[in-house]
Amino acid sequence: MIMNGLVYLTDVVTLELDKEKCNGCGMCMIVCPHAVFEIENRKALIRNKNLCMECGACEKNCPEEAIHVRSGVGCAAGIINGLLRGTEPTCDCSGPGSNCC
Amino acid sequence: MEKGFIVGQTITSSGTFPVVSTLWSNHDRWNTIKVRWSIGRMRYTVEPGIYGVGTPDENSRVFVTANFKLSFDHLRRALNGINAWILVLNTRGINVWCAAGKGTFGTKELVKRIRAHKLENVVSHRKLIVPQFGAVGVAAHEVKKLTGFSVIYGPVLARDIKPFLDAGMKATQEMRRVEFPLKERMKLIPVEIMNGGYWALLVPLAFFIISGLQSMDYSIGRAVSKGSIAVINLFAAYLSGCALTPILLPWIPFRRFALKGLVTGLGISAILFFTGFLGCTVPENISWLLMLAAISSFMAMNFTGTSTFTSLSGVQKEMKLALPLQIIAAGLGLIGWIVTRFI
Ligand code: SF4
Ligand code: SF4
Repeated sequence: MIMNGLVYLTDVVTLELDKEKCNGCGMCMIVCPHAVFEIENRKALIRNKNLCMECGACEKNCPEEAIHVRSGVGCAAGIINGLLRGTEPTCDCSGPGSNCC
Repeated sequence: MEKGFIVGQTITSSGTFPVVSTLWSNHDRWNTIKVRWSIGRMRYTVEPGIYGVGTPDENSRVFVTANFKLSFDHLRRALNGINAWILVLNTRGINVWCAAGKGTFGTKELVKRIRAHKLENVVSHRKLIVPQFGAVGVAAHEVKKLTGFSVIYGPVLARDIKPFLDAGMKATQEMRRVEFPLKERMKLIPVEIMNGGYWALLVPLAFFIISGLQSMDYSIGRAVSKGSIAVINLFAAYLSGCALTPILLPWIPFRRFALKGLVTGLGISAILFFTGFLGCTVPENISWLLMLAAISSFMAMNFTGTSTFTSLSGVQKEMKLALPLQIIAAGLGLIGWIVTRFI
């Protein structure tokens, strides 16, 4: 179930799902890069919360606004950047070849 | 702006579009290496707009990508043997993943491009294939509402595009998941190493110069003998954090990257100690240990930015504790080391 043994810190993820609003379209399952969601009985369900990297793709693509997650760059440099500038964590991907964020 | 990959043009009722090669030239290959190693810091972009691959017509599929040349190159190579259209968004030369996080690869830009190039006249169908990573910035239902085009999220990796098409535009679980295997981690190490920039040269240089100092007496010979050891210690710690830790990532205990970096940093320090590097006296050894541990831990923590599974909440949590400790350790180590120059 957990690939590569690559799991990050547990019990910190801010992902939330409002089952009442969900229409079972399955979009969240399609866009999630870590297979966090599953569809059961025409409703989405959070299966692997700890695998969530808070990218925000599910929230963005849920047509019913049933998902909420505090999304952002899970990146130390980005957080330091934000601290220095007094802004939200932001990565500085100005370098063209940059693979950061 | 690169142009060499354009091999012809195709005329449609909505205008003439360039047709691009699906093969990489040696020039493309060399530039890919340069970009991975951040050499030259050139803007590696392609002009946003519509491109053709093969002999596309109004029924051909439309693939969306970023105007970072590597993203574009991976896509056109994956489309070898297929007749298709490529819609390149203006992400200011940034790859799909980063640009989607920033919103430049997003609903707004996609809608703008569709309208600007009158995509509805280029193709008769109403489907777009967007890389799955793009979903961070693109809201499929909004694109549909605004333009009539349905967004279909393709596989994470361009090389899975053919199997994805063969399966009737269905991605398997594996194609949807982002893995972070050794090969992928190795590819990212050059960027990590170059991340230090001038600092990675200036700091060792300062250590080298200061090494000549001993009890108010300066000698070039000492700078060379002690200084080169100092430089080796520093580079070892740097590489321990930004190369060794990423390589060994799944096999190092602990989940926090700072702790992983600490483990490799201590391991490297032990190796340096037993091979006659590090310091000569006990205070010197302790100072180096503190600095090496801090550097390795800090660099490893920075790899959270490159990894594909760390969450913002998680990184914030680990940094809250790790960053002050890293600064204290590095500070104490530095003070200790400078003091040993005078006793
Ligand atoms: S995208 Fe939203 S509505 Fe669709 S299944 Fe997921 S939670 Fe439910
Ligand atoms: S935020 Fe990203 S990783 Fe987390 S559940 Fe949503 S799509 Fe998956």
